[in-house]
Amino acid sequence: MDRLPLDYAAIRRRLEGQGGPRYWRCLEQLADEPAFAAFVAAEFPGVAPDMDRRRFLQLMGASLALAGLAGCGGPPEQGVPYVVAPERVVPGEARWYATAVTLGGYAQPVLGCTHVGRPTKLEGNPQHPASQGAATAFTQAEILRLYDPDRSQAPRYLGRETTWEAFGRAAAELAAGLDARAGQGLHVLLGASSSPTLQRQLDALQARWPQARLYRFEPWEGQAYAAAERAFGRPLELRPRFERAEWVVSFEDDWLGPGPHQLAQARAWSERKRRAAHGEGEARLLVLESQPSPTGAKAAERRRIEPARLRVQVRALAAALGAGEAPPLPEAERRWIERLAGGLLARRGRCLITVGAYTPLDVQAAVHWLNQRLGNLGRTLELSAPVLCLEAGGRPLADLPALVAAMGAGEVDTLLILDSNPVYGAPGGLDFRAALERVPLRIHAGPYYDETAAHCHWHLSLAHALDGWGDARAADGSVCLMQPLVRPFYSCRSPTEILALLQGEQSPDGQALVRRTWRALDEAAWREALERGYLEGTAFSPLALSAAPPAWQDDAPAAAGLNVCMRPDPCVWDGRFANLGWLQELPKPISKLTWDNVIGLSPALGERLGIANGDRVRVSVAGASVEGPAWVTPGQADATLSLFAGYGRRRAGRVGNDLGYDLAPLRSAEQPWLRTGAELVRLESHTRLATTQPHHVPPAREPIRSLPRDEAYRERPPAEPKPTFRAPSPPRDVTWGMVIDLEQCIGCNACVVACQAENNVPVVGKEQVGLGRSMHWLRVDHYYSGDPAAPRSAFQPVPCMHCEQAPCESGCPVNATLHGPDGLNEQIYNRCIGTRTCASYCPYKVRRFNWFDWTGGDPPAIQAQRNPNVTVRSRGVMEKCTYCVQRISAARIAARAEGRPIADGEVQTACQQSCPTQAIVFGDLGDPDARVNRERHTRRHYALLEELNTRPKTTYLGLVEQPPRDGDEP
Amino acid sequence: MSGPRETAEHFLPRQLPLGEVSAQVLDIPTDFGRYRRAWWPLFGCGCLLLGLFVAAVSVLLWQGVGVWGNNMPVAWGFAILNYMWWLGIGHAGTFISALLLLLDRPWRNSLNRMAELMTLMAVVCAGIYPILHLGRPWLFYWTAPYPDTRGLWPQLKSPTAWDFFAVLGYLVVSLLFAYVGALPDFAAARDRAAKRPYRIFYGLLALGWRGAASQWAHWRRTYRFIALLAVPLVFAVSSSYSFLLDLAPETGWHSTVYPPYFVAGAVFSGFAMVSVIAVALRRFFQWQLLITPAHLDRLGLLLLASGWMTGYGYLVDPFIAFYSGEPHEIDVTVARLTGPMAWSFWLAVLLNLVVLQALWWPAVRRNGKALLAIAVGVLVGMWCERFMLLIQPATRDYLASSWRGYSPTFWDWALFAGTFGLFLTPFSLFMRLLPMVSTFEVKAVLHRYRGENDG
Repeated sequence: MDRLPLDYAAIRRRLEGQGGPRYWRCLEQLADEPAFAAFVAAEFPGVAPDMDRRRFLQLMGASLALAGLAGCGGPPEQGVPYVVAPERVVPGEARWYATAVTLGGYAQPVLGCTHVGRPTKLEGNPQHPASQGAATAFTQAEILRLYDPDRSQAPRYLGRETTWEAFGRAAAELAAGLDARAGQGLHVLLGASSSPTLQRQLDALQARWPQARLYRFEPWEGQAYAAAERAFGRPLELRPRFERAEWVVSFEDDWLGPGPHQLAQARAWSERKRRAAHGEGEARLLVLESQPSPTGAKAAERRRIEPARLRVQVRALAAALGAGEAPPLPEAERRWIERLAGGLLARRGRCLITVGAYTPLDVQAAVHWLNQRLGNLGRTLELSAPVLCLEAGGRPLADLPALVAAMGAGEVDTLLILDSNPVYGAPGGLDFRAALERVPLRIHAGPYYDETAAHCHWHLSLAHALDGWGDARAADGSVCLMQPLVRPFYSCRSPTEILALLQGEQSPDGQALVRRTWRALDEAAWREALERGYLEGTAFSPLALSAAPPAWQDDAPAAAGLNVCMRPDPCVWDGRFANLGWLQELPKPISKLTWDNVIGLSPALGERLGIANGDRVRVSVAGASVEGPAWVTPGQADATLSLFAGYGRRRAGRVGNDLGYDLAPLRSAEQPWLRTGAELVRLESHTRLATTQPHHVPPAREPIRSLPRDEAYRERPPAEPKPTFRAPSPPRDVTWGMVIDLEQCIGCNACVVACQAENNVPVVGKEQVGLGRSMHWLRVDHYYSGDPAAPRSAFQPVPCMHCEQAPCESGCPVNATLHGPDGLNEQIYNRCIGTRTCASYCPYKVRRFNWFDWTGGDPPAIQAQRNPNVTVRSRGVMEKCTYCVQRISAARIAARAEGRPIADGEVQTACQQSCPTQAIVFGDLGDPDARVNRERHTRRHYALLEELNTRPKTTYLGLVEQPPRDGDEP
Repeated sequence: MSGPRETAEHFLPRQLPLGEVSAQVLDIPTDFGRYRRAWWPLFGCGCLLLGLFVAAVSVLLWQGVGVWGNNMPVAWGFAILNYMWWLGIGHAGTFISALLLLLDRPWRNSLNRMAELMTLMAVVCAGIYPILHLGRPWLFYWTAPYPDTRGLWPQLKSPTAWDFFAVLGYLVVSLLFAYVGALPDFAAARDRAAKRPYRIFYGLLALGWRGAASQWAHWRRTYRFIALLAVPLVFAVSSSYSFLLDLAPETGWHSTVYPPYFVAGAVFSGFAMVSVIAVALRRFFQWQLLITPAHLDRLGLLLLASGWMTGYGYLVDPFIAFYSGEPHEIDVTVARLTGPMAWSFWLAVLLNLVVLQALWWPAVRRNGKALLAIAVGVLVGMWCERFMLLIQPATRDYLASSWRGYSPTFWDWALFAGTFGLFLTPFSLFMRLLPMVSTFEVKAVLHRYRGENDG
């Protein structure tokens, strides 16, 4: 950077004029000014705006350091802790609060762990049926967003910071004007929300200003409500009961993949599998999809179909079930569908057909009818009132195209955008931004000063779910209360407070607003609900409705060219998580890519066009085009490209800016999920992509084993241990071990993020991941097998094996890794000198090395997020999975204080706890009754690389092959 | 000692005057003018490379081993590779000096001093690597058994702990051996030096050597005793670093053939380095009389013989892999022969085995330039061999999910190039200041050759 003469005095004056907590704001706001940038570079080397991403990650949270932690820390004044409420803050003792975060409007009930007032980790709320203690990657990463220094920290007017009082005055004036016009000209766009308080406020707003118009926009919600409306006459929430569905047929539906319902659905399906393993019926999943997904990976049968062929398949199935005529199909497909129909009919009320929310409305509606036909409604598929707010004051919320039309017609005087980022997320075909510019007064309320905020007059900083009050409904309709875990870091307001402000209330109190919604509860019930995290008895009860018979749209004439399937990204969703290093560095479930989105294409197409991974390609549809790196995706339909949202952001924050490409130009208002007739052109350039697993095909010995179902659960006589040179293990009171059920694992990465949060695992950035230096202690390997065009996929989580005869231990020259008294393979960081012998000797390559100082420069804020019970590792030392030794110690201390042995299940590792399918079991191998030993003597139990005789204490339960379907050729 | 050995051709000219030997070697430091024009570029080159070394080490220490290309399957990269390479080279000095001394092969006498000094610097270059390689190099002494208030001790089952003893032991013994062996020459240089500073310099180095019979008797015992210590060290040290690979359960490393394979390779690369230095010094100091074609011939033969021993490893290692029938062994071996790093295997075979066969022809062995070219080829080939043995198997670990390539960075190369500065700078100073040929031993050989009476 060029040195500029600095007017230090002037800059200091400017800084002094503002209080501590605003300091960072200045940095960001003024970073464009060369003088200020130079000042920052001089005063705070490393925080200068031109630093590279890795450096930034290291310093993430610098803002809070600069701000002083005056605003941070300290328990929330009125929070009600979960279960155990110590009388005062005891250093070293965690406090738990039940609260919730939301995804796509749906509450994800959590427990927030705080240490001395600092939230450090989110875990699922074990009491809530939608969580039962588990939590997805998205949910867990919300804690990082709480600390994100790029979050908006104060309201702004015309890009300059201002105060809430200023907005309050402006809002009061506005409200007076609106009163005069009955709200004429006021338009409100809402992100998806299920908050009853917000609903109450919206109803009030609509009553006060009848002419005001309300809209909702959630970019990747799909059209399940509209489809339900078409089939049943009203929008409905679908509640599939996978635990009862012995056969599940899914059409383009990644219901095990990421999303608001992933946790509950994965949990239910794992329950079904567990019951099937005990002989209670079957658990067979059949998937028809155009691009690989975790659901397809777990299917007993997966059929690759082009998206355009979807309707034909469903029609054929409908015909086979007795509705309408079968469309012409190739013989093999017809027979397959007929046998499928036969199987489904044989399991009436015990099967389920699901269809993706991104598929055409008539197909979805037809599937509802098929489920009804099969007697599944009310059994494997329940319907209930919609969870999300869909109307206000009796008037349905309109959609985004309606708003764009209103803006284009000049009807909008004032637009409030509440918790939505349509400038980035709206389909490119709508040209939302241009229409927005025509609105005279634009107010944006969001957690980031994002693309939309930059185009609005007012930007209001929205509170994080963990530092403000609120309520939201979980997928079953039950109301979760959101209480702050910590006093707000920044000058933010919750959505309900902002709506109150807009209606002229001067200093709204978020807690009072929520309390007013639930004023029917007495104080004791309210406190109990806060303690529990949700209101009991608020779940919606199932409705009995009947579906209309299918009304098919005509298939569009087959367009030449390729199909473009657009989906939210599995790691950053619609881009809302783009600034969270944990999620950016989280490998995508199948490709194991990080930090980028790609354009997926089939191996056949790649071969035809001579495209290799990372080659840049241009996809164009009807004049619009997008450029991005190609990724050859086995299992992809041949004429289909898959594009992912969430990238190409310009104002996500410093972690998430300028990564990948933005697919918005290809989305049209009518076809936001699928375009046909696309062209693909290979460009000359190449993008370096960072993947944590470059190879997915094991050459010789299978790391993943599978057995036919009737054999898998049979007893296997215990094998004689192989001879060894090493000393025998001493007798132990307890020997910790882990069993991972590969049949249950859906590759969702919840465990990886849980481990990262629990064990202070650093984020290293794209460059370092590309070099093979990712730090995840637990990785989820993914393997292909079979035909490259339509391979089978399998996931394998690999933590440290804690070998009884560990090669790493004999390799270390300084005794930095050795066996603990309870069988753990322990790593002593402050003894480690970094010879990396242990890593070289580890056949599983689970050890991670601090190649650089990933943590040393971290400011106090990022330390505040860290788990105080886990050592933060410095440069040059080796680290690896410890089986969450800090949790073992805590349990041991508690047990010893009470003079009892540690109970089975008392120690839960972070990965185990978060796993939606409970595929990970941890416990004492020496206790024959422990859960961890339950399947140890079955044939599907095996150790990875058993032949090396390392005697791992982490072992696996192999995949279970489904028996052939009735009528299958043997 | 018995009389002169009858060989077809003696390695020294029979009529070489003893005074000429002293003049050619011992007078160099005091009369360096004629070599100055050639010496300064050499020394300058060394200093430049040493500067690069200092830069590479500074960057490394400041930022961490992440500046190198190592990654998670390839936790050991250039540092261990170059450690093995330099340490292997170091083996020839001791081998030529000590083993041939004990086996009474007096032709070594023209070469042993330069070989010993080369060994010394090669061991320094090698020894610096395991320290720099550490994540926390400032704690390298934790691998040493020293009384520690925490009561901690190295973990002696680890071959990495053996490295400490290997390098340190080898360094001490080589230093002692070179120094003790040079005492009479220091005394002679002191006695011949015309200028006082040189007299003081050599006088201090000579430790009061007067050439008394009792001193000679002590000297001979000491020298042979150290030689006896040094010879097993050659085998122990190169086996020790082969155990770094051997004791890992990793396929491609875990092979019983490695200790002898590595000893042969070490000696092989060391002979190559001695050949390079002998040919170079012969030309630099015009030592055609001291280092004769017969010496080169013998070096060539040693190179050929040790080359075949190494080549045996190339044949046996893949054979055993296929013979085992172990799928992963076969996979790693096939990848070694055909994968992305196959160049390292084939280059090693080409340079260490194919080109080497030229040495069957005496004319090639006796031709300085040809020998130099082949020896440099062997040094490159041995480096490739270490690459192939150390790095290639790591890139194909047991689990396919761990597979990943390896590419060294600028700082990897800079440090490697820098070690040549670490080698060359002191070595050129040795050339400037020390007697690079053991004159008294050469004279003793000449004396015996001519059948003169010992008196």
